[in-house]
Amino acid sequence: MNSFALLFLVLGLGLIGWLTGRARAGRLIRAAPKRSHSRPGQHAAYVAMWTALPALLFLTVWSAISPALVRDAVLETPAAASLPSFGFQRDSILGEARMLADNPEAGAFNEEARAIAPVYGAAERRYSWIGSAATILLAFAGFAFAYSRVTPTFRARTRVERTVMLVLLIASLIAILTTLSIFVSLLIESARFFAVVPITDFLFGTHWSPQVISSTDPGESLGAVPLFWGTFFIGAVIAMIVAIPFGLMSAIYLTQYAAPRVRRWMKPILEVLAGVPTVVYGYFAALTVAPAIRDFAVMLGFQYASSESALAAGLVMGVMIIPFVSSMADDSIAAVPTAMRDGSFAMGATRSETIRRVLIPASLPGVVAGMLLAVSRAIGETMIVVMAASGAATITLNPFESATTVTKQIVDLLTGEAEFDSPKTLAAFALGLTLFVITFLLNIVALRVVKKYREAYE
Amino acid sequence: MTDIQAPAVRTNQTDPAVAAPAQIKMTARDVNVFYGANHAIKDVSIDVDMENVTAFIGPSGCGKSTFLRTLNRMNDTISIAKVTGDITLDGEDIYSSDMDVVQLRARVGMVFQKPNPFPKSIYENVAYGPRIHGLAPARRDMDQIVESALRRAGLWEEVKDRLSDSGTALSGGQQQRLCIARAIAVDPEVILMDEPCSALDPIATAKIEELIHALRGKYAIVIVTHNMQQAARVSQKTAFFHLGHLVEYGETSEIFTNPRQERTKDYITGRYG
Repeated sequence: MNSFALLFLVLGLGLIGWLTGRARAGRLIRAAPKRSHSRPGQHAAYVAMWTALPALLFLTVWSAISPALVRDAVLETPAAASLPSFGFQRDSILGEARMLADNPEAGAFNEEARAIAPVYGAAERRYSWIGSAATILLAFAGFAFAYSRVTPTFRARTRVERTVMLVLLIASLIAILTTLSIFVSLLIESARFFAVVPITDFLFGTHWSPQVISSTDPGESLGAVPLFWGTFFIGAVIAMIVAIPFGLMSAIYLTQYAAPRVRRWMKPILEVLAGVPTVVYGYFAALTVAPAIRDFAVMLGFQYASSESALAAGLVMGVMIIPFVSSMADDSIAAVPTAMRDGSFAMGATRSETIRRVLIPASLPGVVAGMLLAVSRAIGETMIVVMAASGAATITLNPFESATTVTKQIVDLLTGEAEFDSPKTLAAFALGLTLFVITFLLNIVALRVVKKYREAYE
Repeated sequence: MTDIQAPAVRTNQTDPAVAAPAQIKMTARDVNVFYGANHAIKDVSIDVDMENVTAFIGPSGCGKSTFLRTLNRMNDTISIAKVTGDITLDGEDIYSSDMDVVQLRARVGMVFQKPNPFPKSIYENVAYGPRIHGLAPARRDMDQIVESALRRAGLWEEVKDRLSDSGTALSGGQQQRLCIARAIAVDPEVILMDEPCSALDPIATAKIEELIHALRGKYAIVIVTHNMQQAARVSQKTAFFHLGHLVEYGETSEIFTNPRQERTKDYITGRYG
């Protein structure tokens, strides 16, 4: 039986559990209304939970481990004795066997696979039956247990509440666990990289050309400083030169000057900018902005102006970040108490004096936090730089020259033809880890600043 | 005095119960204020003079704070507020197009209900006004203005060693005196106080009241209060507002001992409010 059918079966049993539990509780409570603790609906939920949850939990675990069990079972049969004992080839034969077991018409490269396919199919069927039977059995056992406990004095309500809390807790842990496991997997792959390439070469080396990696000294061409510089230059310098002033000024206009009517249509339009997919910004940068900047650079007299300049990517990235900065600044300016504004007006300060001398200093921590978050977004941004920045890793201060970023290089490294455990591919993980750590720290600092600032006015 | 008067803080040389001969500073004639459709102030006419402290009393929502805010055009910051009638400062119409609101507010300062020091140092809080109005060209002049304003606000001795500390780190009462120092620093002619003690404890309140006594005569002072004892203690003239009307205006001693209007009498004897 396949998992979907099983899932619906278990849910159906849960529904039946709910109905019968409710009926029984209702009957018992009617008989002794004074002594009852929980409402019939709560008893019903209790029975339904016991029927469905353990069975579903088992089903989840089972579908995760059963492929491995099937494989081991196949390998123990005499038919598998002729297979190569380890590695890639055996895995691919087994994979084909599995495919053939599901669909005998499919073609196969390895003749061994055709021989094993029936064995594989049998093992799969056997384990599927074991799993289905155990699931259904568990559902019935859970139902019987819970049903037998339904009495007027049984405290179903507290138990249901506790289970609900547990489910919510697990749901909220999923995001945290995912972050953790991403971090761990990055860490493991990076450790493999650093086993080959010394960490100092990677962090402080100024030469990056992963296309030619010498086998004797792989660290020599995997120095990431040009990438860090490019990322910093494009994301934290050029993009912020655009995003911070424009974002801040639009926030000031929207909170302090704009009539409510203007604000009502202008703010959504600004927020639409944040919803534009970055790939659209990417081709805007590559097709429209970059050529214009190259022409401008040529006009200024730069002979070797690149059409993949740092400036093009940075400018468009800055525009992309504007709504981000603007809405953070908007929030923190609006959070400055009106009393502070009135106090300044009452001293005879004009609007712009009030903004410059009172509102901005008072909202500065929030604005700074917004900028840090914006920086962390900008340096993690991929699509624009993939499309508009070049792959040439140079350390330059000239915005018309080409520069590359960490994210762009990760894409290049992983979309190549290289094997999965070469230093070249593993370097992508080390870069990812570095980026992860940097943005993580930026976010922590930003959140701390915001928190501290919130306390100041509450 | 009557039994209404609480044990008063009396430290001043001038007898606060007696109004001095008046030199009129501000006048209001037939002032109406509308907040959208809400008619908040109805035909109020009043004179504020230089020598006396004028108190506005009345139950919550009677319009006393709203009227106070018309005197330095703070209602301008509320887009739906509309003011009609004439208000003059030294005979000049403050709502005329010739009157610059920046200069008006330099001449008519304001202290708010909740102390609202800026999130800057104590020094910078006091220097704020002089700086935006360009009153102190040199650093030394500014030091002098800051010191004298803090002295007049009775705060100098408490803060002279920590002028660079944040103004928001002071206690509530000190913050309010800092706000008064901030208002004094631009050398205004009138100081409007909107329930300046309502967020303070009794000791801090007593200090502010002492300060009001000390400032009397140097500035025309108008204070809004919901505390009748306070009005009796600090003011020489009292105006009683009710439902947007100015019900009665006269010498404080008269209002509290011998009110002419029934509504005033009911209010000050605690019948309502």
